[in-house]
Amino acid sequence: MLACLYGLTLAGCKREERDFHGDAASADTTASVQLTELVPGLPPSIEPSASAAGPVRADFEKVAFHLSEGQRLYEQFNCVGCHANGGGDIGPPLMDDVWLYGASPEQIYASLAQGRPNGMPAYGRKLSRQQTWQLVAYVRSMSGLTPKDAAPARNDFTQSVPPPNSTPATNPVSGPNPSPTAEHGSR
Amino acid sequence: MATWVLLVLTCVPAAFAQSGPVQKNWPMASGNYENSRYSALDQITSDNVKNLRVAWTFGTGVNRGHEEAPVVVGSTMYLVTPYPNFLYALDLSQSGAIKWKFEPKPLAAAQGEACCDYVNRGVAVADGRVFMNTLDGRTIALDADSGKLLWDRRLCDINVGETMTMAPLVIGDKVLVGNAGSQFGARGWIQALDAKSGTTAWKAFSTGSDADCLIGPSFKPYYAQDRGHDLGISTWPIDQWKIGGGTVWGWVSYDPDLDLLFYGTGDPASWNADVRPGDNKWCSGIFARRPSTGEAVWFYQYTAHDLYGHDGINESIVTDIELKPGEGKRKVLLHADRNGHLYVLDRQSGEVLSATPFVRVTATTGVDLKTGYLQFVADKKPQLGKTVRDIAPAAPGGKDWQPSAFSPRTGLMYLPHQTLSMDFEEAPVNYIAGTPYIGAHAKFYADPVDPGDGSRGRFTAWDPAAQKAAWTIKERFPVWCGTVVTAGDVVFYGTMDRWFKAVDAKTGRELWKFQVDSGIVSQPITYLAPDGKQYVAVVAGVGGWPGKIVSNDLKPEDPGSAHGFGNAMKDLPNYTAKGGTLYVFCLQ
Ligand code: HEC
Repeated sequence: MLACLYGLTLAGCKREERDFHGDAASADTTASVQLTELVPGLPPSIEPSASAAGPVRADFEKVAFHLSEGQRLYEQFNCVGCHANGGGDIGPPLMDDVWLYGASPEQIYASLAQGRPNGMPAYGRKLSRQQTWQLVAYVRSMSGLTPKDAAPARNDFTQSVPPPNSTPATNPVSGPNPSPTAEHGSR
Repeated sequence: MATWVLLVLTCVPAAFAQSGPVQKNWPMASGNYENSRYSALDQITSDNVKNLRVAWTFGTGVNRGHEEAPVVVGSTMYLVTPYPNFLYALDLSQSGAIKWKFEPKPLAAAQGEACCDYVNRGVAVADGRVFMNTLDGRTIALDADSGKLLWDRRLCDINVGETMTMAPLVIGDKVLVGNAGSQFGARGWIQALDAKSGTTAWKAFSTGSDADCLIGPSFKPYYAQDRGHDLGISTWPIDQWKIGGGTVWGWVSYDPDLDLLFYGTGDPASWNADVRPGDNKWCSGIFARRPSTGEAVWFYQYTAHDLYGHDGINESIVTDIELKPGEGKRKVLLHADRNGHLYVLDRQSGEVLSATPFVRVTATTGVDLKTGYLQFVADKKPQLGKTVRDIAPAAPGGKDWQPSAFSPRTGLMYLPHQTLSMDFEEAPVNYIAGTPYIGAHAKFYADPVDPGDGSRGRFTAWDPAAQKAAWTIKERFPVWCGTVVTAGDVVFYGTMDRWFKAVDAKTGRELWKFQVDSGIVSQPITYLAPDGKQYVAVVAGVGGWPGKIVSNDLKPEDPGSAHGFGNAMKDLPNYTAKGGTLYVFCLQ
């Protein structure tokens, strides 16, 4: 019983951990591998900058602060315009179990930083590493892949899906590429 | 058995004589300059249309929303697909055998910049050349016979959200094309390219200075609020016009007698209207211009300070009709706007002769004919942090891009459209080039009052002189498909639940229907093939804004998917899967 309580307290502490000193908006090596011509908010002439790769911050998703920051960034960086509240729009749904480019935190990090060929912009030079990990955590919470105790309990807008902490957990599977002619890729 | 199949597929010669010279071809997406989609062909009539059978089919190899019209000149049909924008030349003397295929290989990334599925609305053919637009914003000219590339010009930058989905129109030696991307804050323009070389003859923006908008001494708008200096700047907060939308992604029509071309401009960006106080010129309106120079002659704004994403890009049909008995015919434009009003405009002056709601409208109380202004309802004004409910018509409007037709024989306009209302909540908006610039959360649903039975679509015959519907047919889903009306008094249209229908142009009585492989969101056409018989063609392949729930596998659990359209289309996957097939019909 005591051990159980102790465990809960520990988990609770982790959940409230905050990291206010994330790195500045610049990129790491993953971002220099760019898979798309779409670079949001920057003129296309600027080449991606390379710097040391950041640590794998999968542990971000155990922290409520990072998850709610991710939720805010998801709206502010216009992810919502292309993926809706996870149900998909221009881009594929993010609330389901199908992943084109992988569901692990590292794979999602790469999707965000590098962009993906069929229309996912490369955010590597727009988002800091911290912001990117926060977004990764929030994206995973949309399909129930993050701990329930840390996932956001409410959404910021009325027209939405049930909040991530009541999203049933899914079993990620890799899906087909939706493009009819993936062989073209980018030029 | 083989003989039997042959017999079925071979069409019997028509027993009906053609009266007068008729246009055999369908050389542009809209059929003709008037955009009337009226065909004088009369072999297929309301009496014999029940004998229509499939003559041949063709799989496009693409599974996304097919909004295109096939285009026919002589013995060739030109069919462009959604991204990756394959262009097929099909031999009509050999049941659609492939003559040649052209692959423009658009940038794959452009798929991310197309708000409403990566559609293409068709090509144009003139003087032995085919002109096509690609999703990544190029206009390409090919030799119509051989498919040889003549020129290829990049006109758009996908990194500011520009794409191209509209069908070009050729007037003389000029090819008119416009951009899409208002939902990304792309600044709208139309340009005229030299048909031979592809160089820009003129380019007119929809926002910015008079010089940029080609507004000069010939500009004589009918209403006072459209007169003044640089209104494309002063009706916006500082610099907002640079990301103000007003893209030209719809239809261009042309009156050779007046030598005026007409086109609508897209909605102002963003959907959160609080960031752009002012009339937001020259968005959500219509320009009349001279094709040779591009100079503006008049402008009318259907929706000043558009609050609901109600573009003005819907087609304007050029026709002369008698509005009041005994008054004689007037030169008008017929335009069913997204804002739910059917406009009859004087096409010489831009004066609104009438504006009548053709669907239930809660957002506005109509057009003040003295000032030309649409009157908004204060209660329905969107707000930050508050959900405003039952805004009708919803963002896609009483009718969207899906083009209507007009028959001079019946005097009726045939409107494929939808009956949707919406809940709308403004959100903070952040401009990041190349990403959606929306600032709103919306949820569309079947209009709860009219019709109130859950149906979301309609096919309406509208009498523009009497300003009322002659008849209307309810459909389960938005009728997101264009239409064609013929001298045989038959109207054709398709539905998202996979029916291709022929109805009586006078009465609306259903005469024939055929079930296709996937929902129809394209534009049916009719033409006379080299064998002297009348054919009807339509492409099936669900998609577009309402069809994206199927074509992009969206989740019905999210009411906000497809900018809110997903909510109204949750049951579409029960009726159709993805597809991409051309069907060609003729009389048996
Ligand atoms: C301009 C539209 C657009 C924007 C903005 C956008 N995405 Fe995407 N996203 C796409 C498209 C399109 C794809 C599919 C790319 C492909 O198939 O190659 C995609 C793919 C993804 C994937 C991979 C999904 C999988 O199944 O593997 C993730 C994760 C993702 N986006 C998250 C985000 C996040 C987080 C943001 C905001 C920082 C964002 N996207 C912004 C269009 C967009």
